[in-house]
Parts: sequence; C-alpha cells; structure tokens
Amino acid sequence: MEQILANGVYLGSQYAMIALGLTLIFALMNVLNFAHGQMYVIGGFVTYTFYGQWGVPFVLALVMSCVTLAILGALIERFLFAPVIKGSSREESTMLLAAGIAFFLDAVILLVFGEKQRGVPKIVDGVFNWDFRLIMPYDRILICVLAILSIVAFIGLMQYTKTGRALRALAQDRTAAQLMGVNVDRYSMIGFALGAMLAGLVGGLLVTITGVNLGMGGATSIKAFMMVMIGGAGVISGAIWGGIILGFMEAIGLALLYQYGDITYLLIFVSLMIFLAIRPQGLMGKPWG
Amino acid sequence: MQRRTLMKAALTAVTLTALQATTALAENTVLKIGFVGVTSGPAASWGISNQRSMEARAAWINETGGYTIGGTTYDIEIVSFDDQKDPKRAIAGMEKMAQEGIHYVVGPNVDDGAAAVRPVAESNGIMYFPYAFPKALYQAPASNAVLGMVANYQSGPAIYKYLMEEKGVKTVAFIAANESDPLSQREGGIEAATALGMEVVSDNVTYQVDTTDFTPVLTPVMRSRPDLLVLSGVSPANAPQLIRSARELGFEGIISTETAQDAGVLAEGAGDLANGFISVGGASTPELASPMMAEFVQRYTDMFGEYNDESNTKVYALEYILETLKADPSAITDVDAFQVTMDTFEAPNPYMNGDAKLRYVGMSSFGQKRQVSVPLVVNVYQDGAFETLFVAEVD
Repeated sequence: MEQILANGVYLGSQYAMIALGLTLIFALMNVLNFAHGQMYVIGGFVTYTFYGQWGVPFVLALVMSCVTLAILGALIERFLFAPVIKGSSREESTMLLAAGIAFFLDAVILLVFGEKQRGVPKIVDGVFNWDFRLIMPYDRILICVLAILSIVAFIGLMQYTKTGRALRALAQDRTAAQLMGVNVDRYSMIGFALGAMLAGLVGGLLVTITGVNLGMGGATSIKAFMMVMIGGAGVISGAIWGGIILGFMEAIGLALLYQYGDITYLLIFVSLMIFLAIRPQGLMGKPWG
Repeated sequence: MQRRTLMKAALTAVTLTALQATTALAENTVLKIGFVGVTSGPAASWGISNQRSMEARAAWINETGGYTIGGTTYDIEIVSFDDQKDPKRAIAGMEKMAQEGIHYVVGPNVDDGAAAVRPVAESNGIMYFPYAFPKALYQAPASNAVLGMVANYQSGPAIYKYLMEEKGVKTVAFIAANESDPLSQREGGIEAATALGMEVVSDNVTYQVDTTDFTPVLTPVMRSRPDLLVLSGVSPANAPQLIRSARELGFEGIISTETAQDAGVLAEGAGDLANGFISVGGASTPELASPMMAEFVQRYTDMFGEYNDESNTKVYALEYILETLKADPSAITDVDAFQVTMDTFEAPNPYMNGDAKLRYVGMSSFGQKRQVSVPLVVNVYQDGAFETLFVAEVD
C-alpha cells in the first residue's frame, strides 16, 4: 500500500505539471494545443543537450528548457495562432493548426535530435528503501518535490502578480478584460509562452527519470487531455486534480490488476467515459464553459 | 558590367556542376531497392537504423564505382517509405514500390505490417525482407518473404540454455509491451523456457507502449523474485528505463532480451545499472568485426553523425539482395529465379572475421530457406560497450 501511495503521489505530481500548461492555454485562448506533448519533448531534449551533452549544471539546463520553450511558445502564438484566431471564428481552424504544429515539431525533433532514446546522468544517486515496503529512488523524490514546488509557484504567480491577475481576467471574460484595459494580445502571448514554458520545465525535469525520445509527444498530449477532461477544461485547479487522480488510478491499477493483463488503461478510459457522460464539464469545470 | 560578368560566371559554374552531377549519375544504370518500414514515432529507431544502413552502404557502393551484376554496373538507389507502423500504410508503401518497378524491398519492421503486405508483394513479384517473426510469413505457401534477422524463438532457447548451464538460472519472469510483436515474442519465450525446464514465475505483466515510468509496472514482477527477467520484444527506447527501474527496485538477477539494442542508448539511459544486460547483436564487437564492418560503421557515422548498434544486424539485408542478384543476374526482374538461387546461394560474409558465409537458412523453422543467415551473436553490455557472450548459428 505504501508503494502504491508513493507511486500515486509521484505520478500525480508530474501529470499535474504536464496538464497545467495545456489547460492554461485552453483557458486563455480556447485552443486545444495538440502540440503540447511535442513541446514537452523539446524541453527534455534541451535539458539533455545542455546537461547531458555539454555538462552545464542541471538547474541552468532546466532554465534553458524554460527559456527556449517560452520563446517558442511566444513565437507560435504571435505568428500562427493569433492571426488564425483573428481571421477565423471556427474552432476547428485552431485545432487543425495545433495538429499541424505537432507534426511539424515531430519532424524538427527527428532532424535536430535524431531517432534514439536519450537520457542524462542521474542528478541524485541512491534509493530510499523502507524494508522493501516502500522503494523510491532519491532522484524521483527530488523531482516530485520540485514538481510540487513548481505547481505552488505557478499558483502563486497566477494569484498574486499583476500578470497572473491579467491572465485570470482574460480566462474569465476576454471582452470584459479588454474593456478594463488589459492588453489582450500581449497577455495572450505571455499566457501561451507560460503554458509552453511549463511543458518545457516538466520535460526538463522528467528527462532525468524517463529519458526522452521523439515518439513521446503524442502520448503525452493524450494523457494531458485526459487529465484536463477529468478536472475540467480551462480550470487550473482542475488540471492539478486531474493529474493527481490519473496518477493514482494508474498506480492502483498497475499494482492490483496486473494479473489480468494490461487492463488498467482500459478501465481508466471506461471510467472516463462514464464520468464524462454524467459530468461532461469535468470535476471543476462549469457547464457553461 | 562587372556584376553581369560575375552572374554569367556563376551561372556557367552552376550549369557545369549540374551537368557534371548528371553525367556522374548517368554513368551507371540505376538499380532501385526499396525500404518500407517505420521511421517516425516511438519505434522510429528500428526503421531508421534499417534505412540508414541501406543508404550508407548504397552511398559507399556508388562512391566506389557501383555494383556489377552480370557485366552491368549499377548505382544503387534506395527508395524509402515510412509506414508509421501502420499496416494500411505498409500496404500503400509496398504498392508504391510495385509502381516504381522495384522487385526487392527491405522491411516492414513489425508483424502486422509484414503480414499485411504479403498479398501485394506476392502478386507484384516483390521479394521482401521483414524484421518480423510470425512463421506463417516464411512457411509455404508463403513464398516472397525472407526473415532479415534471427527470430526470438531461435535466439531465446540459445540464451536461456546458456544461462541455465553457465549461470545456474532456474526461474524466469517475462514482461512485454501490450502490442502484437512483444506479446508474440513473450509467448515464444515462455514456450522455450518451459521446454528447457525453467520455472516461469511471472508471465502476465504488460505495459502500454507509451509508458515512460516503469516502476509501478515492474513492482509486481519483482515480488516474484526471478533469477532472470526477460524483456520480451523490448524497443531500444524502453530497455534502459526498464533496466533502471528493475535495478532500483532491488533486482539483482540477470536481465535479457532477444531484440537488438544500442550501447549508447543503454549508457545514457541506465548507465552502470545496465552492466550485465544481455541482448542479441550483430558482428560489431571488436573480436568479430571485419575491416569492412569497421569501415561501414565509420561511413555510417560520417554520414549521419552517430552510429546505431541496431545496424549491426540491419547491414545484411541489402548485401544479401545484391550478392544473390550477382549470383543470378536474371533475378533482377525475376523473383522466381531469385527464389531458385536462394537454395544454393553462398558467398563470403564480408562483415565478419573468419570464414563466415552469407547463405539462406530456415529449413528447421520454416521448411524452406526463407531467412538470411545472420550470426546469432549474443552480447552482454559492460561499461558503455557490448562484449560478445557467445556466437551461434541458425539452421
């Protein structure tokens, strides 16, 4: 049981971080960013390059991942999403654009970083072992703590800074925010950059545990969408709860149902379908959007 | 005036260069060889190592004057198609090869793709070299598929027997990704281990192909405390993470797989935790690799920036096709002639030291010669490189 709980907390914290950026972008711009997983992968590769290849300190490599993805996110919003949103009122336009960006980034990742799985040296050696009842490598504990701290910092930024207030205003009512003097274009770009930066941050953190390869993007996006659907699209606290719930469902399912084959995700998807049929807006979302 | 002169000179230079290039290409007849396999997504590593091996070898041949078959010298052109590990796209890829008049194709990389392209290949006179293990592809009445590597049901028993006799292994646990290739390889492994008298202590734990964290998946397997943990059909992307998680969970036994792996990927992903990991490789360990293999590795590295150890087995398919065509030039457009030649074909293996031969095998497994004879080199990973554990042959 201790192991299940520990695995649940660890998986939940990393999943919550992945979902945060996605839900932020959705809240601000009503854009389903299918390229979120690819941004996560790029974040992993940037940390791999700086920390694993060039020997730059891990924290600095992590900062480089954040900066790279923030710039990439800002450019994507400024030159791709903003013109499409202005020129088309159809939601599928941005969805197609996001899917196109995902394919494009996959191709770029293959060209720049290659096809191989990549990994970096462990940031902390050793394994915490409590009489084989609870086994957790120290680097996972550290990454879990860093993920939780990052989530807390993000919530703090959204709650207590001018930028955070502007972003929340934008998410609640774009027109009202504009009428109150919020520079909508500027804060849309900042919000998208922040969402992309979160993807880069979690990619950089997790490359130390899971490594990174070009095929991880699509799967990461799907999991992130699941968390957002569970928690409620566009709600920050919903993304966090969605991540934690998915993490625990995975940890419990893998521990208790293994003798029946790989049915954990089957059950998760079935549960999700039933849940959405009863509560389509997710846990924290509002029925009116 | 000066600018106009400069432009004229530049234009002339470009035209001359283009003409020169065209002339160089036009010197030899072009022989197209196809590749249909996965070069994108999570399993991209499998197909890209195939494609790059073929491209590196073709560039080498072309650079050194071409390949002579029946008195005609050919430049080799590799025509590639990414099937994205999707059987429908694999069929489209094979149809494209047929439209281009290609009779020899390497790939696909996985079971369902290899099975899907069979009707297209057989009806269009295409011999294809899959990296997929289902026996039905190679047994009569199937005729046009040639297994491009050693199958797990051939390497598995050899590895298990070695480990039982040399390391005293008695119990084994299997873990596989939840998709067709790894699951069928797991079944083959369980059958082989049971036949040898090993006790299978865990055989039903699987994981999603997109899993990135294997600690929760491996926890129940570790409770069964096996002497040997077999990673059935594991992809190079997942192997280091599985090894790392197993070791961190306190597993001290032996870990093995029957698929080819890359030492660099293991070093980065698992470091010293991968020491002792057993996998199937090709002929690149120093004691086995011939000077030609060493040059191939160098040329591949120069061309693509980094070598992939999976290419140690994938270097062979193109060589087999070309050598067999050399043995019977009429087979260039006649795959029936190719199939007849396969029965008696034999040539020196240029990639291995000693007197190893290129020849077709498979009588024991398939009842007909529908497999390339690749040396069954079982490697053990140690401190960043593979060492040869033992070498065997497949009949």
